[in-house]
Amino acid sequence: MYNQILLAVDGSDHSERAAKEAVKLASGSAESQVTIVFVADYDNSKNEVLHSGSSMELDLKRRKKLQPIEETLAAGDVKYKVEVLHGTPGPTIVEFANKEKFDILVIGSRGLNGLQEMVLGSVSHKVVKRANCPVLIVK
Amino acid sequence: MWKKIKTQWFGNVRGDILAGIVVALALIPEAIAFSIIAGVNPMVGLYASFSIAVIIAFVGGRPGMISAATGAMALLMVPLVRDHGLEYLLAATILTGVIQIIFGVFKVAKIMKFIPRAVMIGFVNALAILIFMAQVPHFVGINNLTYVFVAITLAIVYIVPRFFRAVPAPLIALVVLTAAAIYAGFDLRTVGDLGTISQTLPTFLLPDVPANLETLMIILPYSLALAVVGLLESLLTANIVDDMTGTPSDKNKESRGQGIANFVTGFFGGMAGCAMIGQSIINVKSGGRGRLSALVAGVFLMFLIIVLGNVVIQIPMPVLVGIMIMVSIGTFDWSSFTYLKKAPKADSIVMLATVAIVVYTHDLSIGVLAGVLLSAIFFVAKISKIKVNKKLLEGTHYEVVGQLFFASVEDFLEKFDYEVEGQKIIIDFTEAHIWDDSGVGAVDRVVLKFRENRNNVEIIGLDTGSQKLIDQLAIFKSGNAKLPTH
Repeated sequence: MYNQILLAVDGSDHSERAAKEAVKLASGSAESQVTIVFVADYDNSKNEVLHSGSSMELDLKRRKKLQPIEETLAAGDVKYKVEVLHGTPGPTIVEFANKEKFDILVIGSRGLNGLQEMVLGSVSHKVVKRANCPVLIVK
Repeated sequence: MWKKIKTQWFGNVRGDILAGIVVALALIPEAIAFSIIAGVNPMVGLYASFSIAVIIAFVGGRPGMISAATGAMALLMVPLVRDHGLEYLLAATILTGVIQIIFGVFKVAKIMKFIPRAVMIGFVNALAILIFMAQVPHFVGINNLTYVFVAITLAIVYIVPRFFRAVPAPLIALVVLTAAAIYAGFDLRTVGDLGTISQTLPTFLLPDVPANLETLMIILPYSLALAVVGLLESLLTANIVDDMTGTPSDKNKESRGQGIANFVTGFFGGMAGCAMIGQSIINVKSGGRGRLSALVAGVFLMFLIIVLGNVVIQIPMPVLVGIMIMVSIGTFDWSSFTYLKKAPKADSIVMLATVAIVVYTHDLSIGVLAGVLLSAIFFVAKISKIKVNKKLLEGTHYEVVGQLFFASVEDFLEKFDYEVEGQKIIIDFTEAHIWDDSGVGAVDRVVLKFRENRNNVEIIGLDTGSQKLIDQLAIFKSGNAKLPTH
């Protein structure tokens, strides 16, 4: 059974769909727990700090992005916790996934920025290549 | 205490050394280019970058942040250098340090929160525009080859990082294009045309300026502007590094540290500097977290200059221009355009005004000051709207809604109908707050004016703060008080 589920999200529609799949996986076992991981991208840090009055306001803004996802999990009656990490999304998710023991990693197929993806390659692609646990990509 | 020092210095040795080397490589072109902006010899910026980076490593409040010669500071120095020369710049740098140390001691960092977001966004945008404008004379209308070199530099700095990130792309552009220019003997202006590079360590020197009041009056305005802008950019950068690393920092210690760094740097022939947003981001992304990375960056930079000094003067100007264009594009806050659409009108105006004033005056400090004043005025204008609803119940009932203070007093006084006689009048302050003696004075006037016509006035609903002010300052309490005649 999938007991330790890692759900990597960025606040996009795709990650909301990923959250729904995570709920389905989690409902298979009574002991399952979902860890929501959100990476605050280094490249956005300057912009986000500049546009927030304080670090508290910025934290709040980020948590707000996760709200629909938290609601989905809460509605599915799933135990979950939230981890906000800082870094470059792909490598940071991989590092976190490989450091802790997870039975499966769930991630949306595509994030927020289509243009960036064309040049840099998608985060989900990197995660599939480098994560040690099974990965579920949600379209 | 010892443990803290140990983690700040040696908690991340490998990452810090690697990141420090990357930063040193990325610093060289910027330090030279900012010297050229300021109108001084490249060595002034290079010595400054060495000295500031090394000193900040020891006395800064934000480990992982990189400080050196910066564009924001260089832009402020231009008129001083042009009119009075380098020695006055060094004296101004020392005084800047003194002012920043004082700011740090008096914990001025807290004042940062009074600088609105719109002004900060305007600040970085204006900075980006000025850095770009400073490049124009170095590449427009020189020759076609210059344009080609700028274009190739831009292509390298934007395309290479997609495939290869171990060495900073600006350095690749610098090495490849300098080599090409030397080899082919192209007719391009070089760093050597604008200054000389000396392959020596900086030495301690007192600035050669007369020690009198006149000198002080010349450098003081510049030093004040440098101190304010330096702290502004440093504290913004500290916030960014705080966010990226998820760790807090000591902003007052950082202010003091910036001051100490500038103070010492002035004696070693360097120009004033501050924290660098771009370099700090490069540092953190390259794995730098501790104090060691800034130290390594400074030392390695100096080492490179001593070893490679005679190559540095052969760097073609268009390559530096290309790198500076990249810096200005990176500095500009591109989300400002959506901000302009979404933000309240007053904020958009403040942001645009800040940019416009800076671009017009070429002085970031004036722009920031004007922006802060403008947003303060907008704020007062917004908050000074006061409403008084009149209701006829048993007697006349006035409900005051809003903030009663010096700016809203006039509106407040006009809202009452004083023509009545012998009535019961109730003024309800439940939805209002009185802030100052002008506010209390206004209540006095209203009450006494009504009483003149034998109305019975009662004030209700004052909150604790307003009540306290009324008790202290108001005169209407004593039943037979007269309207002050003035």
